[in-house]
Amino acid sequence: MTSTEERPERSVPKPVFTDAEAGAKEFPDSGPSARHYNYFKAAKRKQTHYEDVTVEVQPDPRHYLTQGWIYGFADGSRGYPLTWTKLKAWGVDDPEPERGPGSGGKPVENWPAHGWHEFRDPNEEWELTMYRYNANVVRQINQNVENARNAKAFDQWSPNWVRFVERNVGAWMHIEHILGLYVFAANNRSGPTNMHNTAMAVNSEHKIRFAQDLALYNLTLTEEIEGFDGAAHLDAWNNDPVWQGARKVCEALPAIRDDWGESIFATNVVFEPLVGELFRSNLVMQVAARNGDYVTPTIVGAGEYDFDQRDLRWTVACFAPLTQDREFADHNKELMNGWLQHWVPQCLEAARTMQPLWSQADAKPPRFEDSLDKAKNRFAGILADLGLETPKELSQ
Amino acid sequence: MSRQSLAKAHQKIQELSWEPVYHEPYMKYGTDYTFRKAAKKDPLKQVLRSYFPMQEEKDNRVYGASDGAIRGNMFRQVQERWLEWQKLFLSIIPLPEISAARSMPMLFQAVPNPELHNGQAIQMIDEVRHSTIQQNLKRLYMNNYIDPAGFNNTLRDFHSDYCGTIGRQFAEGFITGDAITAASIYLTIVAETAFTNTLFVAMPAEAAANGDYLLPTVFHSVQSDESRHISNGYATLLMALSDEDNRQLLERDLRYAWWNNHRVVDAAIGTFIEYGTKDRRKDRESYAEMWRRWIYDDYYRSYLLPLEKYGLVIPHDLIEESWNQIWNKGYVHEVAQFFATGWLANYWRIDGMTDEDFEWFEYKYPGWYEKYGKWWENYNRLAKPNGHHPIVAEDVDYVYPHRCWTCMVPCLVREDMVVDQVDGQWRTYCHEACRWTDAEAFRPTYQGRETPNMGKLVGHREWETLYHGWNWADVVQDMGMVRDDGKTMTAQPHLDLDPKKMWTLDHLRRMPNVASPNVILNEMSDSEREAFVEDYNKQGPAGRPAGIGGEALKS
Repeated sequence: MTSTEERPERSVPKPVFTDAEAGAKEFPDSGPSARHYNYFKAAKRKQTHYEDVTVEVQPDPRHYLTQGWIYGFADGSRGYPLTWTKLKAWGVDDPEPERGPGSGGKPVENWPAHGWHEFRDPNEEWELTMYRYNANVVRQINQNVENARNAKAFDQWSPNWVRFVERNVGAWMHIEHILGLYVFAANNRSGPTNMHNTAMAVNSEHKIRFAQDLALYNLTLTEEIEGFDGAAHLDAWNNDPVWQGARKVCEALPAIRDDWGESIFATNVVFEPLVGELFRSNLVMQVAARNGDYVTPTIVGAGEYDFDQRDLRWTVACFAPLTQDREFADHNKELMNGWLQHWVPQCLEAARTMQPLWSQADAKPPRFEDSLDKAKNRFAGILADLGLETPKELSQ
Repeated sequence: MSRQSLAKAHQKIQELSWEPVYHEPYMKYGTDYTFRKAAKKDPLKQVLRSYFPMQEEKDNRVYGASDGAIRGNMFRQVQERWLEWQKLFLSIIPLPEISAARSMPMLFQAVPNPELHNGQAIQMIDEVRHSTIQQNLKRLYMNNYIDPAGFNNTLRDFHSDYCGTIGRQFAEGFITGDAITAASIYLTIVAETAFTNTLFVAMPAEAAANGDYLLPTVFHSVQSDESRHISNGYATLLMALSDEDNRQLLERDLRYAWWNNHRVVDAAIGTFIEYGTKDRRKDRESYAEMWRRWIYDDYYRSYLLPLEKYGLVIPHDLIEESWNQIWNKGYVHEVAQFFATGWLANYWRIDGMTDEDFEWFEYKYPGWYEKYGKWWENYNRLAKPNGHHPIVAEDVDYVYPHRCWTCMVPCLVREDMVVDQVDGQWRTYCHEACRWTDAEAFRPTYQGRETPNMGKLVGHREWETLYHGWNWADVVQDMGMVRDDGKTMTAQPHLDLDPKKMWTLDHLRRMPNVASPNVILNEMSDSEREAFVEDYNKQGPAGRPAGIGGEALKS
């Protein structure tokens, strides 16, 4: 005979019908028009999901931060000072509302209080998009590499091409890593709005991911190709003269003093087209297939797509309005032109130092001068998009 | 992840570590800490090739649950009492999260260990996730919950509300001042390691008990990232401990960070869990019980105490005092009462307590009714407009409190209030530990030692100052906490959405003007101020005026 033991009733919360769903009652603010974030103006007619999760999360004393920032640095600066770049957007020289006993909150009457708040990342990046995008990239890279491994694709590489990839494609990982961590991530504390800082953080993700993609690809090649020296990229990066120009200018970018605007401009507007794309698009992507390598371009191409389709897009959207700014266009153009004069020669020198790379593979790429011309044309096009003149330094 | 093992992959990416040759990176954020010895390994051992798909999968689960909640009409079962408090919580929390992202580069520069930077970069990405996923959750509430007011104006409200600024410490404290004090000790060692337990684990459990299973879905997903951040903090702490010169600073910062987190987080989360719930099962844990388990046992006894052997000076006295505040001095109850006293300066509706609530409180906190019961009965009596003022302007034996200059929570445990003249201004503090924070810790010298990188407490730290002498109706209008008919207030001291039962600006016009306690304090003569302090210290509990028998109710 079996018996069932009575168990004591478990203590669990009881569901209760509350009818607390939208539309259940009519009262002030119950209608559809009350169901949107109403404290900012959308860039376009309809506010986007990206705007909803990004705009105004980083507060501004010129908007609603009526009690002001409550922590300060030792030098007295607080919050996200607009002076952390020399660039200016309209309204920034207007005084902050003066608040004190009996002043009231003095909230902004016309949103936004200044031009920095008009920036929107055209990629509309937030957590959902950045994970989807980057997860897709790493999945595709994994599949490409796995497929190549199974197909013994690396067996087709000539010894010279193996040396090229282990040293030079390997050396490039260091540049991506430095830019990712010490330019883009480092500046995500400095921008004037949440839109700027999130765009920098997402740009940083791309760079750090691409650096790791290259490092892990290098690890796979070490396992797959007999004689592939997984440490050769360190020797190239530390000792090879052809890499010291690029390294020097790359290390100069995190050394920019206290100006997030110059850091991003110098990196994405100047260094990337003149050095980054020169190496990635105009050398590696051109020469790999001729040397029997169809895998490396897919990895480098993913990084190239990051820059071309995403990182450059937000950069142009960030800087182009500043050259047309209703109050500070001339100031900003003069400043950017100064940056061009400073950075273009350094980047061209780095590019020319890399010239020997164009003759290292068995099957040769286009001539270095042709590659550099393409990079220069691309760079001039970006400047045109920004409303800037091509600097005379480009003809060097 | 491809066939490479995670350990091998992680080892490989260490080859990326950068040792500058031609230019040193610009050090924008300073610290008084030194890191000359004992570099630690990256504790995360995370590579982005596996990280991104893992996070995407977590996202898929969260957004799948969100769709399910809407299709399943979750809001038919959500307790309004609970969701109203989420208007406060979800207005606060995206800023601390994004501030944590912004704080990570401060550590790149302050901690000269490239291996740790990988973990810090991943934390930066996590924090962007947290901030935007929480803004998105709030958006979903706004679209689907019966009353969108307070969600729809969320960030304007939070930035100007009379208790929003309290929560802002839990953001600005991460990103300003000495880089290690802010981004490591305050953020990762104390806020994330200790207090996210109550924030992201205990509170979501209470949400589920109130019919809201989306908050747990989102916040448990968030909490699954926090363990990584805790590892980051631990590695940095061990590095700091290996340098003798840091010990004095660590002792200072742990005292500040512990006490400030206790004051801010326990005030907010304690109130949400105890006063925002309808779940009054006697065997469900009270906030005090949760605190004892999650913070006292799991953090203090299991995490902090073992660090003593490495030379960490632990603020045992402040930890015991925090428990004393919660258990014996009614800290959470005093805060909830303050929030409800000023309901009209908020942007959510605060439900009154019922007999069932009274019974639960008395069971969990013996003696509660004698201290707080009468006031909550008055709150209910005055909840709907009927020719009287809101409770703050009625005689209910409640003395409006002074703000603490440091933590900005008012000085609610009246006997602990102290005053000091700092930077030429008389200031009130809720406790000696908060006076010490302002007058001694956040200074360019500490115990005779130069601390040139230490931050400062700045800003208009008393909300009432801005509105000193203002009519209440004008205050509420200035803050923008008015519904779309132009007169009905966003905040209400009850949950009845019948427009005839809701307070409007017109009801506030007849009230006496707002008076700033700090402005008044600074107008007092020395003798008046001494008398004020003596009287204030005799007040309470539950804000009772001195001399009406409250003394007997104090523990």
